Amino acid sequence: MEQIGLSHIAITTGILLILTGLWGILTQKNIIKMIIGFSLFDTGIHIVMVGVGYVEGKTAPILDEAVQLKEAARQIVDPLPQAMVLTAIVIGIGITALMLAYALRLYQKNKTLDIQKFNDLKW
Amino acid sequence: MLKKIFTAAVIVAFAIILLKGYGFSGPDQQLNEVAERYAEKGPEEVGAANLVTAVIVTYRGLDTLGEVTILFLTASIIGFFLKTRREDLTAPPQVRKTSEILSTASRIISPIIFLFGAYVFINGHLTPGGGFQGGAIVASGLVLMLLANPLKTVNHKIISVVESISGISFVLLGVLGLVLAAGFLDNAFIGPGRFGSLISAGAIPIIYIFIGLKVGSELSGIVSNLQETQKEEI
Repeated sequence: MEQIGLSHIAITTGILLILTGLWGILTQKNIIKMIIGFSLFDTGIHIVMVGVGYVEGKTAPILDEAVQLKEAARQIVDPLPQAMVLTAIVIGIGITALMLAYALRLYQKNKTLDIQKFNDLKW
Repeated sequence: MLKKIFTAAVIVAFAIILLKGYGFSGPDQQLNEVAERYAEKGPEEVGAANLVTAVIVTYRGLDTLGEVTILFLTASIIGFFLKTRREDLTAPPQVRKTSEILSTASRIISPIIFLFGAYVFINGHLTPGGGFQGGAIVASGLVLMLLANPLKTVNHKIISVVESISGISFVLLGVLGLVLAAGFLDNAFIGPGRFGSLISAGAIPIIYIFIGLKVGSELSGIVSNLQETQKEEI
């Protein structure tokens, strides 16, 4: 490991966020806090994915004045992880909204958000 | 106690997997083959200055169609799940009055936010941005409007009409690419235009406008569904 670069920082942050989110999902009792943990997990994965697609010293994959058309392959970072993260963010929004809707209905039915009070499926 | 040990073990194992997977070997020094192919052939094949857009709308357009479908599915599940029972709404709910600053500012800023959203998805093939981001911006304008006036009802009919029309148009444009050009969602059936100008990259701007409208109306539908449930009882 030569020196700490941009992608090291991004990936370390991302992994820490993933682990924080996992901890939140596993330990929290409040459903809203579990959803927040899920969101952190999601964000961490996005940061790691973009970080992995980084190529040292290259610029964004947009071909404007900063990038010569002929030299594009040697001047830009990988566009594919960025496209995948774009789709992942939208799916993440959808899933978070769905979980919040479930949480809302659960609260309206049982007047509590404590996951340990929901024992309908326990035997 | 056992549970705590188990939790810690899971987190440590996950950390090891993640660190092993990345390996901390540092960033790549050059692009891999797929990305290089996109960078070299993308400008002439697709004609979009923003290569991320070229990947999303053309090279992997089918994935995007699937993704829009997932979002549609989520929006309809939420709509079904949070369906307001009209007869339950007897008394108008008590809401706190919003502040003067918020209600005045939202009247000025909301149209600008909608305009900015439209700008972002129309220019998706040139600048960072595109249909999904623009749609999210449009929906955030609606959130501001609802925050300023919590009792406002959103017209679901308009939302679902816009959503259906843009969804169908997206698929029809894909089929048009299949008939007139090389394959499903191929953008080459409209002339490529001058590289880097607004009217370029074939059908990408048109497809992205429909994606933007669809995402915007879906997210607005989700937000307004969540807001209507709040009216039931708090």
